[in-house]
Parts: sequence; C-alpha cells; structure tokens
Amino acid sequence: MNTGTFNYIKLVVLALATLFTMIAASYARDLAYQVHMILFMVIAAGLFLVTLRATDEPARPTPTHEYFDSVVRAAVIATAFWGVVGFLAGTWIAFQLAFPALNFEWSEGYANFGRLRPLHTSAVIFAFGGNALIASSFFIVQRTCAARLWGGNLGWFVFWGYQLFIVLAATGYLLGGTQSKEYAEPEWYVDIWLTIVWLAFLACFLGTLIKRKEPHIYVANWFLLAFIVTVAMLHVVNNISIPVSIWGSKSVQVFSGVQDAMVQWWYGHNAVGFFLTAGFLGMMYYFVPKQAERPVFSYKLSIIHFWALIFLYIWAGPHHLHYTALPDWAATLGMVFSIILWMPSWGGMINGLMTLQGAWDKLRTDPVLRMMVTSLAFYGMSTFEGPMMSIRSVNSLSHYTDWTIGHVHSGALGWNGLITFGALYYLVPVLWKRERLYSLTLVSWHFWLATIGIVLYAASMWVTGIMEGLMWREVDANGFLVNSFADTVSAKFPMYVVRGLGGVLFLSGALIMCYNLWMTVRAAPAKASLGTAVPAE
Amino acid sequence: METYTFLREFADSWMLLLLFCIFIGVGFWVFRPGSRKVHDESANMIFRNDDRPAPEQEAKK
Repeated sequence: MNTGTFNYIKLVVLALATLFTMIAASYARDLAYQVHMILFMVIAAGLFLVTLRATDEPARPTPTHEYFDSVVRAAVIATAFWGVVGFLAGTWIAFQLAFPALNFEWSEGYANFGRLRPLHTSAVIFAFGGNALIASSFFIVQRTCAARLWGGNLGWFVFWGYQLFIVLAATGYLLGGTQSKEYAEPEWYVDIWLTIVWLAFLACFLGTLIKRKEPHIYVANWFLLAFIVTVAMLHVVNNISIPVSIWGSKSVQVFSGVQDAMVQWWYGHNAVGFFLTAGFLGMMYYFVPKQAERPVFSYKLSIIHFWALIFLYIWAGPHHLHYTALPDWAATLGMVFSIILWMPSWGGMINGLMTLQGAWDKLRTDPVLRMMVTSLAFYGMSTFEGPMMSIRSVNSLSHYTDWTIGHVHSGALGWNGLITFGALYYLVPVLWKRERLYSLTLVSWHFWLATIGIVLYAASMWVTGIMEGLMWREVDANGFLVNSFADTVSAKFPMYVVRGLGGVLFLSGALIMCYNLWMTVRAAPAKASLGTAVPAE
Repeated sequence: METYTFLREFADSWMLLLLFCIFIGVGFWVFRPGSRKVHDESANMIFRNDDRPAPEQEAKK
C-alpha cells in the first residue's frame, strides 16, 4: 500500500475519531472522562488537518543508511522532563505527609495527598522510567542489530502515544478517574490506548530484531524484549474490566476478592520485575560496558542471569499478600521464589560490577561510570533487602510500615534513577554529536547530591518503619496494645522531615543534570568526525 | 476432575519438571564446547556500528 492510500485511510479514521470523541464529550458522565474526550478530540482534529495538508504531497524518502535517532532524542528530553516532574511531585507529597497543612483547603479533592500520590508513582515509574526505557531500547536495538528501527514513523507513534498515555493518566488521577489498582490506576479507555501503543512498541522492536545484520541478538535486547512482552501480558490481564458505560470512566473488575488481589500483585510485583528490573538490566548490559569501554565480564553469566530472572520473577507476587485471605501455600510459594531470586539478582550485579575488572581506575576520573556502579550497588542492596522482607516473619514487622517505602525508594532512586542518569549522560553527547559532556564537575555534584539524598531517604524510612512496626505490636502486661495509630504518626515526624530533605537533594541533583545536558547540547564542542563514541572523560 | 484441580496437579508435576529441565538445559547449552568464541564475539558486538547501520552487502551472513 502506498503512502497516498494510507493517508486516505488515516483521514477517515481521524475524522471518525473526532466525531466519536465529540459525541462522547457531550454525553460524558464524569469530569475525567469529559476532559479526556475533549483532549482526544482536539488531537484527532489536529492530526486530521496535518494529514490533510500532507495528502497527495510527494513523499519524502526514508533514509536507510542512518539510525532513527530523532525519536531517541525526543525520548531523552521527555525522560529528563518527566523525571523532574515526578521528583518534584514526590518531594511535595513527602512534605504533605510531614506537614498536613500543605493539603490546602482550596485544592481539596484535586491536589491532596491521595490524588497526588499515584501521580508521583506513575510519573516516576511510567513517565520517567518508561521514557528512559523507550529511549534506550530504540537506541540499543538499532546499534546492536546494525539496522535502522523498523516501521518508519511508527517509532514516532510509540513516542507521542506514550506521552498521551502519561497525560491521560496524570490528569485522570487529579480529576478522580482511577480504578484504585496500585501502579495500574488508569481507567479502561486509557488502558486500551496503552495496549495499542505498547503493541506498536513491540512491533518496532521485534521488526528491528528480525531485520538485524548481526548474527547474534545481544543480551541487552533479550532483557528489553522480555520487558516489552511481559508488560503487555501483565497490563492486559490485570486490566480486564467492564465499563459501566461507554460514556463514563468508571469500570468494574472481572476478578473479585482474593483472585483480584492475587492478579493485582502478580501484576504489581512483575511490574517491578520486568519494567524496573529486566528493562533496566537491558540498559545496564549495554551502557555499563560502553561507558567502561570493556565487554561485559561474563557473557555466559549474562545468559544464565537472564533465564534465571525470567523463570523466577513471575512467581514472586504472592509475597505482597502474607496474612491475607490468600491460601498459605500460595504465599509460601511467593516467598520461596523471592528468596531464590536473590541468586540471579546478585549474579547480575556481580556481572555488571566485574565488567570494570582491570579498569577500576576509571572510577576516579569518570563520574558517569561512578554513577552506574553506585546504581549496581543499590541494585544489589535492594535485591537483598526485598527477599528478606518477603519472609513471612519479617513481613509481619515490615508490612504496612514505611520500611516498604524505604525499600522501594532505595531500588527506584538508587538503581533505576542512577542507571538512567548514567544512560542520559552517555546518550546526550552521542545523540547530539558532541565531543564530551559540558561539565564533569556538575556530574559529580549530581552524583553526590543524589547519593546523599537516597541515603537520607532510605535511612529515615528504615528507622521510622521499624519503629512503627514495633510500636504497633507492643503489648503491655495485660495483653493490651500500648500505642494508638496516632502515637506512631506523631513519633514519625522527624523522620518524615529528613525524608523530605532527601527528596530535595535528589531533585536538585536532577535539576543540575538538566542544566548540564542542556549546556552539552548548546555549548559543548561538536564532534569533529564520526568516529567511535566519545567516552565522557 | 475439576479444571482447577487438574491444572493445579499438572502445574506442580509435569509442567514443573518440564520448566526445570528447560532451565538446566539452558545452563548446559551456555557451557557447550565452542561457546566461548561465540560469546566473546557477541560481547564485543556493541563496539561496532556505532554511527550508522551496517551496509547492505554484509546483510547476508
């Protein structure tokens, strides 16, 4: 099919979409749905006009002799932008917990903690992390396949479609459009949209793998493919719901009771396992060897790491449901697999760290590599802490306390955050063809601000979490509980302030990074020739 | 037999055995004779094709 015919089909689809969303906006039963339909309508109408202008114009030939890097550049910018938004939201809600007066009267129902918390989690995981994964998977798959990204402008559809998903999710939370499933809050029509975008993402990635010019598929691509495929499966199964009306955002889950809880945490834990672990390990297996300029320590270990992780992670979900209606055997299964997971996790960490064997001196001169190595250290630490917390008796102390939040953040800020910053520092000079980064001193500042911020965050949450757990279970000689819930809340105040300060440090580090990357594009000397990638030394 | 019971029994017997054997098989496959050369080649692949796709004539290997 030529571009001309395709344009006519696009015009028909966009016209119908505009008409349908117009009707939907006027019949809307709730505010979130109405705002979203108006947004869809404006975008569909705008695209209609753009497509109409391009119809019957001579098509520009697609370059095949160069990589499709413009979409990667866009995703890098989006990563930095959403990162700052997500960190800012997180820091703000940390202070809302410490000082409840920040839940202002006038913004009640829109910007109080309950509405902003999913905005923060989705912004950092799906917007910041997701864009980092899109950028790095598009970058890595092209380089390791020695082929241009498959699908032409489908790559742009994936990028903009994903940004639209983020905007729909975020505005939906503020306006109350949520199905109350943790990390899967968006309602049914947003879920359908994400499914379409995600399948396009899979098509781009698989298509490039199929037309690769290298005989082998580099291990990073295995991790990235596992991430894309598994997230598609998790997303679809966890979001099986029936809309109450096609003109409203509310929907009803098909599973109920403990089955629903199990499906939710099968999804929830594998979002951690495949989105935040497998995907980011794909980044690690490419960017750490590239930055260290050495091949990965053991390719054999990386293959075993991959298969062990894939075989084990999918079973770990039930450890979120200890002491619930879930049968004990299922909880025990989840716990056992979580503990076995310690081995592939540490195998992967060792593989990453030992890649520096014989090049450890680079840590003194290269703050980007230092950031990547620290992220691996945090990966090792949080994948040790996680299995420990999944043990039923430890979980009886840690569950529902801030220890869990501390654990999540040592993994998310330490592992996902720092490896993403490292990847961004690697990518920007390469993508904008600069000789080097604007300033390594600023990278060092970012490194220390982020690291100290994480330490403040994790340490304060350990203290407050264990304190809280101990206060909740404390009984007096007659068997009565000693502390009320409000006692624990007031006891936690100092730690909440420390946590907020940790967030301020992490956020300021990210702002320094944005300035540094901006100046790299604007002011760093352009690369003279197209040689091999320039190490940031 | 109920579907649940059947699936439950199948999952913790034959399927478990099959998945376990596949996993052990992967382990043996990784350490097969001659794999070192292939793996060294794969591990170093990231250091080429940095700037542009490989030319077409190299495509058929």
